[in-house]
Amino acid sequence: MIVDCRHLSFGYGESLVLEDVNFTIHRGDSLCVIGPNGGGKSTLVRLILGLIEPGRGSLKILGQSPRKAQRAMGYVPQAMRFDAQFPISALDIVLMGRLDRLTVGRFSRQCREAAHAALDEVGMADLANRPFSDLSGGERQRVMIARALACEPELLLLDEPTANIDLSIEAQLIETLIKLRHKMTILMVTHDLDLVSSIGDSILCVNHRVHRHSLPLSGETIKEIYSSRRRLEHDRRSRHIEGDHSACNHE
Amino acid sequence: MSSPLFFADFIDAVKTVPLIRYVLFAGIVSSLTFGIVGSLVVTRQIAYIAAAIAHSILGGIGASVYYSRLYDLPWLTPMIGAMIAGVLSVGLIGWVTLRFKEREDTIIGAIWAFGMATGLLFLHYSPGKAVNLESFIFGNILLTSRSDVVATFALGLLVLTLVTLFYHKLVAVSFDEEFASLRGVSSKAYYFLLLGLTAISVVLMVRLAGIILAQALIILPAATASRFSRKLWVIMLIAVGITLICNTGGLAFSYQLDVPTGPFIVLMAVSIYTASLFVRRKRQ
Repeated sequence: MIVDCRHLSFGYGESLVLEDVNFTIHRGDSLCVIGPNGGGKSTLVRLILGLIEPGRGSLKILGQSPRKAQRAMGYVPQAMRFDAQFPISALDIVLMGRLDRLTVGRFSRQCREAAHAALDEVGMADLANRPFSDLSGGERQRVMIARALACEPELLLLDEPTANIDLSIEAQLIETLIKLRHKMTILMVTHDLDLVSSIGDSILCVNHRVHRHSLPLSGETIKEIYSSRRRLEHDRRSRHIEGDHSACNHE
Repeated sequence: MSSPLFFADFIDAVKTVPLIRYVLFAGIVSSLTFGIVGSLVVTRQIAYIAAAIAHSILGGIGASVYYSRLYDLPWLTPMIGAMIAGVLSVGLIGWVTLRFKEREDTIIGAIWAFGMATGLLFLHYSPGKAVNLESFIFGNILLTSRSDVVATFALGLLVLTLVTLFYHKLVAVSFDEEFASLRGVSSKAYYFLLLGLTAISVVLMVRLAGIILAQALIILPAATASRFSRKLWVIMLIAVGITLICNTGGLAFSYQLDVPTGPFIVLMAVSIYTASLFVRRKRQ
């Protein structure tokens, strides 16, 4: 079992962001985390990564506390978050995935080879020495995925990998992720229905409480999830799911 | 303008006057540390924090003058006082910026002012002959001693060693704190290391340029350099080169024209930076 979450609650101050959360992730699973903004998606990811501690309940990653399991996880934050002018090459960013193997000085040859291999995996081998600032949004996102792959993770966590990315590039990105899906366990926060249908084998609805559904969803379940205050938005790039998922509070 | 004849007096002085040699040597060594640390500071966008550390160092300088005169402690030189204040100020400012992110600028402003105010009061109440405040704020190369040069060399070596050893971690923490900490790199520890390196660099330049001008000299060459490269180590090299030109050029010009050295060095740095703004950014 990769993730085992039992009766987990977390809140800032008095108000609970997540309440009595129970779910498990098995090796090879490919989960998409969906839910409204402010519903606790990123809080859940941060809990799994061990960046914050659960208030109540237990959360085990590979049988260990999240903090101890950090080395076994690869994390892909949103590429838009970064200082685009930062003077750094794609390869140097990917090498950050090997920081836990570096004490002082330069990265070993093995680390550099692993970084090149990770860039190759996402189809960026030719752009290794390009400055970060010269890369397109999609290329930056793929560098971030390569960095997570360089960690040689058992669990790959992605935070909205297709946000702010052109439709044409998104198709390439989905292709990359489909390839990875057979190699490792994936947990991905996304609003992107294309991504959910092509990568996910189940979805995790996160809205204060958490519910897991297997894909493809039966018509019944879809109705349950989106029956109340449903909103399917079409924008120029892709279909996005929005809504409060209040119907997810079924038992 | 740059004919050898113009600098004839300066070259003579380097050959014959030990003091000028000391200053020149200190200037060359500190170019290395300034270029390197400055590039890290500019990349991390903490120029304001570097400035605060530089100013609050005056408190330590004042205290060292006061106590060394009051209790007759000759070892307590302004350099030592500046180092101690630097350590305290790095600890305090580092802690404040990590703890109170939203009130950061106000609190840093307060520490900045507190350091300068206590420094001024200590200097005012120091027994004995009046202290020349300007020499600390704007630098006075005439006060450079052999021991300053030794200290400059030792601290410069320390900075170079630390940056060489921890280069990748310093860069990683600047780019993405969260990810670095997930890979077991303590982002806080390396943040403090960077602030510490900044403080050391400022102390190195107190004699040559003074605390106020020193912090400008950390930022400007690195800011200039970052307009011409997208590789941090190249930016560092360019920044070292620019600082070297400013330090030696500024020293030579100011000697030749008989004007204060610190302001001249900084004016050169400002001019080079301003000129760089008119050069089109390099595109790959």
